[in-house]
Amino acid sequence: MLQIYCPYCQELREEEEFSPSGEAHIARPRDPESLSDEQWGDYLFFRKNPRGLHREMWHHSAGCRRYFNVERDTVSYVIARSYPIGEDPAGAMVEGHDHE
Amino acid sequence: MPTRSRNRYSALSLLKHGLSHHENWQRAWRNPTPKQSYDVVIVGGGGHGLATAYYLAKVHGITNVAVVEKGYLGGGNTGRNTTIIRSNYLWDEAAHLYELSMKLWEGLTQELNFNVMFSQRGVMNLGHTLQDMRDIERRVNANRLNGIDGEVLSTAEIQTKIPLLNCSPDSRYPILGASWQPRGGTARHDAVAWGYARGADALGVDLIQQTEVTGIRRQNGVAVGVETNRGFIGAARIGCVTAGNSGVLAGMAGLRLPLESHPLQALVSEPLKPCLDTVVMSNAVHGYVSQSDKGDLVIGAGIDRYNGYGQRGSLHVVEHTLQAICELFPAFSRVRMNRQWGGIVDTCPDACPIISATSVPGLYFNCGWGTGGFKATPGSGFVFADTLAKGKLHSLAAPFTVDRFHSGALIDEHGAAGVAH
Ligand SMILES: Cc1cc2nc3c(=O)[nH]c(=O)nc-3n(C[C@H](O)[C@H](O)[C@H](O)COP(=O)(O)OP(=O)(O)OC[C@H]3O[C@@H](n4cnc5c(N)ncnc54)[C@H](O)[C@@H]3O)c2cc1C
Ligand SMILES: [Zn+2]
Repeated sequence: MLQIYCPYCQELREEEEFSPSGEAHIARPRDPESLSDEQWGDYLFFRKNPRGLHREMWHHSAGCRRYFNVERDTVSYVIARSYPIGEDPAGAMVEGHDHE
Repeated sequence: MPTRSRNRYSALSLLKHGLSHHENWQRAWRNPTPKQSYDVVIVGGGGHGLATAYYLAKVHGITNVAVVEKGYLGGGNTGRNTTIIRSNYLWDEAAHLYELSMKLWEGLTQELNFNVMFSQRGVMNLGHTLQDMRDIERRVNANRLNGIDGEVLSTAEIQTKIPLLNCSPDSRYPILGASWQPRGGTARHDAVAWGYARGADALGVDLIQQTEVTGIRRQNGVAVGVETNRGFIGAARIGCVTAGNSGVLAGMAGLRLPLESHPLQALVSEPLKPCLDTVVMSNAVHGYVSQSDKGDLVIGAGIDRYNGYGQRGSLHVVEHTLQAICELFPAFSRVRMNRQWGGIVDTCPDACPIISATSVPGLYFNCGWGTGGFKATPGSGFVFADTLAKGKLHSLAAPFTVDRFHSGALIDEHGAAGVAH
């Protein structure tokens, strides 16, 4: 059972209150019509799935019902930090994920 | 074919070894040091990898083969699953692949001279809503058109088959009917790994355990072998069959796969007297249960929805499943659970596997079996061996290449594979 810190409620709460919502920082293509099949498939289906640090979205579904991001190790399950949507503490991890 | 002399298992050999107190049984397989290179290196010694090696040697006469496994044989999902076998998938592509597997299961114990305890006790998928029943009828009809056995059962028929199941209309999850595949059932997971391992070893395949692949060496863009913690092993062709770690392997060759790795949990109870002689699954309440020959109830849960490689999941996922099982089988509410564990499943967006060549010549993947690949072990090994032997996808594997995620030709099996199994 994970314990997750909601940056809005500013409280550490049990995982059961939250729903995982997949990889964070996936930018919706600005101009979907102009994407090739390759780019569109990448956007829809290809995720990083790292063995190690992962940035993912969580929803505080039984709490404030807001989305936020979590950086978590997918092997040890240790959570490095939670931060609100729109904030992007160490941009480097995000840059690598190029959907454009 | 360099077939090693091997004691056949039989009633007679059991008797003979009994006379020497069972102290002189031959080892089931060798523990070889890796050669410098092989015609084919299989990465991953789970059921699928071992079956691939076996059929490469048996069907194609390619015996200069190594299976490289970072832990022990069958220690991944093969040894962690709830062993449900069925072939009642909705779409033709999937149905044909799983049905090939079913046919191979039916002769596997004899083929391998190893008792895989394949038990065709039938698999029942419960329907709890009108929509469930429509889906069930559609799937059973599709199955029958594909020559796969299937029936739609009424609530009364279900109750006769499974007296302990709560079929009352007042139950929390009323049972409106079910699909029933009589040829479905279970097998002993370890025995499947061991049987294929022993068979492959006898035909000359090197099973190399405790050896982790850490890199995929390429020359001029062509795969030429694998780096391991015990040094480089050359290979003309490489087949990666590494389930939840497939994305990691792909990354070693600069490739990406549309897979996400999730923990999937199962648990077993204390042993009970025989009380459930078939397999019961419910997509809607996310639980499935059967009783092993030892008497324990084998119960599978859903995946943890976060990504994870930790071979363990969260307790509330298990709790949720047990609540549902107790609603379905009130008599089980006081059964104690013995052990619980997790495996790392490689889920694919359309709930179908990926059997594919890659943009790196010589490098192939067989993965994405996710929550339901145990049943496919023989068929998967068969078509992947054919693919590696000929350098061309087997016709049953052809629809499952990774290209479908760019062409859009997905094979949506979420209905038939909706619950982890
Ligand atoms: C709890 C649970 C219940 C399930 N229930 C069912 C069920 O009822 N019916 C069903 O059909 N399916 C079920 N499944 C799914 C099924 O277990 C898998 O789809 C199937 O066993 C996959 O087999 P495999 O040989 O591909 O993978 P695995 O058995 O996982 O083998 C992969 C191997 O690769 C090795 N490996 C990984 N990385 C490396 C590396 N770098 N170097 C060397 N080796 C490496 C691993 O150690 C592992 O042994 C279940 C799974 C789980 C976890
Ligand atoms: Zn909150």
